[in-house]
Amino acid sequence: MFALVQVEDFDQGELYVKLKQSAEEKACGNTGAIVTFTGLVRDFNSAGDIDGIELEHYPGMTEKALMLLVEQAIEHFSLNSAGALHRVGRIYNNEQIVWVGAAAPHRQAAFDAASYLMDMLKQSVPLWKKEFKGDRSEWVAAKASDDKAALKWMHKK
Amino acid sequence: MHITLKTFAQTREITGEDNITLNLSDNSTIKTVLSQLKTRSDQWALALEGSVLTARNQELCDTETVLSDGDELALFPPVTGG
Repeated sequence: MFALVQVEDFDQGELYVKLKQSAEEKACGNTGAIVTFTGLVRDFNSAGDIDGIELEHYPGMTEKALMLLVEQAIEHFSLNSAGALHRVGRIYNNEQIVWVGAAAPHRQAAFDAASYLMDMLKQSVPLWKKEFKGDRSEWVAAKASDDKAALKWMHKK
Repeated sequence: MHITLKTFAQTREITGEDNITLNLSDNSTIKTVLSQLKTRSDQWALALEGSVLTARNQELCDTETVLSDGDELALFPPVTGG
């Protein structure tokens, strides 16, 4: 398992291999499904076009909270492994911002765990988005729909 | 006792203070600290009007949490990663 917070862009292929190797180390031959998700920066918000986003984090806590989330996903969905990577700093439109992956014996657990990782990440990992256009910028408000998505998992488990 | 207070995102921008040391009575709760901060300046009063999350020693916690000497307390708005 792994949890990474970094400024640099990432290679999905490398992360997939890292996750697959980690699952093989834990349960050789017993991984039947790997689901991965990659989030990108859209070029608009409710008010119009943007140039990108700036992501602030809490050095130390962000890494720990992301790792804790990965551990929880492994436990809740009996995964062989899981991983997450979140970028911070300035990220422009259409660039990759976040990646999560789950490796399980069967596909349903892997799909569910990938959703869980994203839903809970939006609740418990200290990261804050600011959208910018030119020299103007504005903080993104937390969404009620994100709260609902996370609550869904709390009721299930 | 002394604790370190850190702020992030809007809380940092509004208050203009991102890392300060506070001198508190022993066994103070986070709720007590928040009440004191509201009177520290108009900016602090404004920053604490909305929803603010609290973390003690880099773990999310509630405002009834009792602080200890040397703790790191962080205040920040609801998170918006992903």
